[in-house]
Amino acid sequence: MIRGWTAVYLRELFILKRRLAKLIPSWSVSPLLYLIAFGYAVGRHVEVGNHSYLEFLLPGLVAMASMTQAFAIASEINIARFYWHIFDEFQAAPISNLAYVTGEVLAGMTRACLAGVVILVLGALFGVVLSYNLLFWIAFLLNSFVFSSLAVGLAMHVKSHADQTLLTNFIITPMAFLGGTFFPLTQLPSWGQSILELLPLTHAAAAIRAAAFGEAVHMHNYLLLLCTGFACFVFAMVSVNQARS
Amino acid sequence: MITVTGLTRRFGSKVALDGVSFQVSAGEIYAYLGPNGAGKTTTIRILTGLSKKDGGVVRLHDFDIDRNPLESKSQFGLVPQHTNLDADLTVEENLLIHGLLHHMERRTIVQKSRELLDYMEISDRRQSLVKSLSGGLKRRLLIARALLHAPRILFLDEPTVGLDPAIRRSIWGFIKKIRNDGATIFLTTHYIEEAEFLADRVAFLDAGKIVDENTPANLMAAIGQWAVDYLEESRLQTAYFASREQAGDSVLGRANGCTVRRVNLEDAFIAMTGRKIA
Repeated sequence: MIRGWTAVYLRELFILKRRLAKLIPSWSVSPLLYLIAFGYAVGRHVEVGNHSYLEFLLPGLVAMASMTQAFAIASEINIARFYWHIFDEFQAAPISNLAYVTGEVLAGMTRACLAGVVILVLGALFGVVLSYNLLFWIAFLLNSFVFSSLAVGLAMHVKSHADQTLLTNFIITPMAFLGGTFFPLTQLPSWGQSILELLPLTHAAAAIRAAAFGEAVHMHNYLLLLCTGFACFVFAMVSVNQARS
Repeated sequence: MITVTGLTRRFGSKVALDGVSFQVSAGEIYAYLGPNGAGKTTTIRILTGLSKKDGGVVRLHDFDIDRNPLESKSQFGLVPQHTNLDADLTVEENLLIHGLLHHMERRTIVQKSRELLDYMEISDRRQSLVKSLSGGLKRRLLIARALLHAPRILFLDEPTVGLDPAIRRSIWGFIKKIRNDGATIFLTTHYIEEAEFLADRVAFLDAGKIVDENTPANLMAAIGQWAVDYLEESRLQTAYFASREQAGDSVLGRANGCTVRRVNLEDAFIAMTGRKIA
């Protein structure tokens, strides 16, 4: 059922390898600006709980990167579909939709991991080194699984790059700012908190932050990410099947 | 062997394929000839699992494409009309990905890739990025890629479209060589000379239907051996004759501007449908 996923994954790795020298600086720009502007300049004298704002911000940026870079696999898929017609090569090959989706989702997660490491290195340069333990990475991977699966599914429905930009503007950008990345949700009224609790990134940021601070994690965050990821993966499978026609 | 029965495809109210049926024997080159929009690419996309059909049955060797989609996909190689190589990957990387998609072992892929790149005379470019290749080299690479997993059937969708005549002829040579090595070839084209040169049998496709099917020689012989093109009331007309002598005699009685030539497949197509192919 899953035979052939390595071909899909390896293709994305070849492309990633060839572009890595450009991607690493590009992954660094936004986090660096956030760290300088919000963490260092604005938040220098701000404390959140028992942590400096810079310490609070860094896990949020990692959660955000795990979302945005995993979701960016959608752009790669669209380039392959619309410009290079590579999707036809996959569709004409004796591999299942499961193999295709698995390969692409793992590729998105790999991108996310690399971008996450870049942020951790930047954080270290700002003197912030937290606890990057197993629970930290599990939360990170679950979040990237959610958004990579969502990206593969949505990529099958968009008709152009312009559509893809719209999706990013309406789904990813608001979530990046409101999903517990830059401020604690307790600053919002309870109705606002209730709404933001619906976002997967809220749970990812909470789990990643708690793990990084060495605090007790809430398993419901992990469970919710796992269930959402599974639902998005099924959505991706159905979407790939529909895309053929 | 390819067996297609009652193949139907609609796009809204437009019927792209209207109950198409044909059979291609093992080791045969079967050309699907028709004007743009006749349904050639739609047929090949359905046969290769890239598009869905509305009706009909397709079998590739022993496998029904609906009941055994993965097994049927392992039977063929596809050279699409539009290049779908990975431009950012090297020649070898493109072949590696294709081999893995067809569940080949890495060592076998490397060995077979070298053989095929030699066969298609592009082995000196194996490390080159695909985006640096010319159109002709990309076509050869597409054919090499399609042959990598040793398919029993090769689908060629307009394999020489957009190529200059010299490169087109070299591709024809490769196609003949591939057939001589035992592959069954299904070819779509709107180049008359391509179908005449390559095909064992030709199907004329017009408006989603096969209107005639035979060997090129028989299709042409049905209207004559020689053609005379002449102007009549500023319109080009063509008359067909059984012999050159008869064609020559007909020219004597006409004004200037006549051309005597061999009948070709386009003449046969026009005689059948009243329309030109290209």
